[in-house]
Amino acid sequence: MMRRGLAFVAPAALLMLAIYIVPVLVLAGFSVTDYRLGALDWGFVGTGNFARAFSDPVFLRALANTLIYAAIVIPAGVGLALGVALLVHGTKRTRGFWEVAYFLPVTATLVAMATVWQFLLHPSLGPVNAAIRWLGFEPVSFLADPALLIPTMALMGVWQVLGFNMVLFLAGLTAIPKDLTEAARLDGAKSPIDRFLTVTWPMLGPTTMFVVVTTSISAFKVFEQVAVLTKGRQGSETLLYAIYLEGFEYAETGYAAALTLIFLALVLILSVGQTFKLDRKVHY
Amino acid sequence: MARYLPHVVLALGAFLMLLPFYWMGLTAIRSPSEIFDISLWPVPDQFSAARNFGKVGERVPMGRFMLNGVIVCAGILIVQILTAVPAAYALAKLKFPGRGVFFALVVGALCVPMQALALPLFVGLAQLKLLNTYFALMVPFFLSVFAIFLFRQSFRSYPDEIIEAARLDGFSEFEICWRLVLRGSLPSLAAFSIFSVVAHWNDLYWPLIVVRDTALAPPPLGMLYFSDAESGADYGALMAGAALVTAPMVLCFLLARRQFIAGITMTGVK
Repeated sequence: MMRRGLAFVAPAALLMLAIYIVPVLVLAGFSVTDYRLGALDWGFVGTGNFARAFSDPVFLRALANTLIYAAIVIPAGVGLALGVALLVHGTKRTRGFWEVAYFLPVTATLVAMATVWQFLLHPSLGPVNAAIRWLGFEPVSFLADPALLIPTMALMGVWQVLGFNMVLFLAGLTAIPKDLTEAARLDGAKSPIDRFLTVTWPMLGPTTMFVVVTTSISAFKVFEQVAVLTKGRQGSETLLYAIYLEGFEYAETGYAAALTLIFLALVLILSVGQTFKLDRKVHY
Repeated sequence: MARYLPHVVLALGAFLMLLPFYWMGLTAIRSPSEIFDISLWPVPDQFSAARNFGKVGERVPMGRFMLNGVIVCAGILIVQILTAVPAAYALAKLKFPGRGVFFALVVGALCVPMQALALPLFVGLAQLKLLNTYFALMVPFFLSVFAIFLFRQSFRSYPDEIIEAARLDGFSEFEICWRLVLRGSLPSLAAFSIFSVVAHWNDLYWPLIVVRDTALAPPPLGMLYFSDAESGADYGALMAGAALVTAPMVLCFLLARRQFIAGITMTGVK
């Protein structure tokens, strides 16, 4: 029986070794060297790569861009999703339609849709700027003004993540017992806002926590928009894009490994707490 | 009036959510001369779908990209299921040395995004001269720790009495795992399959790293080649290409909405 158990996990365990354990060790090893892919010799540089990262203007800019991106996507992606979920939860016959409409972007290929957004936001050919002009404002150059590049990418990020978060909130809302809302009403919580603050919001706590964490993790992994829209030009690199350039375009393997470890540390801080909770109960 | 307010707000939001799809579809069937027409009127003056979709085929091997996507997604999913189901069964129902350690590794690996492993995996594949192959596109995803975690959770609720009875009846452990226990978890299997296919159909990061050969590009990478090459203004063809890349997952979603939502949301930790 024991041997049967080992035989059953053996393929997965071997893959675990080859795909996770060895790569993480190799990554850590690379990060303290100046190894360049294809080079014949390499040297030990200790924490040199990390020191270099925190004085590298490109990396610092990528980090700042990613934080700005997250600072837009997290509140907007979570807040709007909660608002939409509350409204959809109140509907009956039309609920299926709203679910489809808001969830559709989640399934769509972001690379293709970023191309569509690029066209939608085009200064002269796109309907968005046409609407802005029609309202009497100056057209906005979403994809030419360097200051607007990250916010524009965040707009697409919010568009894509909203439906995903909405579905999670809807599941959370459905789980709140109706009696509780009714009791609050009898206890004097007359307006829907009072009932939201006294019942719905506290009951949604675990769901909100989960949604914030998953949205943060996906925000730190922003990549597609940069690859399609700017390729990192005009100072619009994000963390993952900077890592991609160093590691795979410039073959700076050692330095890219150090950057990857910084990225991994950020993601782990966000996800470790969540996974311990997940261990107790799968959330859906 | 107040009764309809939620619907009005939802409709405005839904308009913004669906606008990109509408604009993509509309541009894909309009003639290039209507490019300056920013009206949202659904009927084009000149119906040019054939021309636009034809242009996609002339510029890039879109059919090949889609076929690559199917091969890669299918290959990944099959190996994921073949390796995760027995491992999850062993974790849920069998005792073996190292069980605790293995489960701790599964939970730990759930926190590690694929992008963090890309660099060493890339170097390893380069050393083995395996870059630019289907194998390279698929191999990092052969093990889904998420699938192991999900199936273990689901298998645990399978009654032990039935497993015992099946053992007495002479069923092998292999048959119990694949023919009895898995059959009790078909909704989890369906949800995981959808999640896996959507995630890998849409993935750009890894294909961009390991593939330099157009003939091997999955749809998102093919789309990127196309939009990079199409710096001119043939938006009709570009939108037709985007529609082709996006259509399979969107259609599946519209056909199997419930399973789809379950599949994508039960994951959370992607």
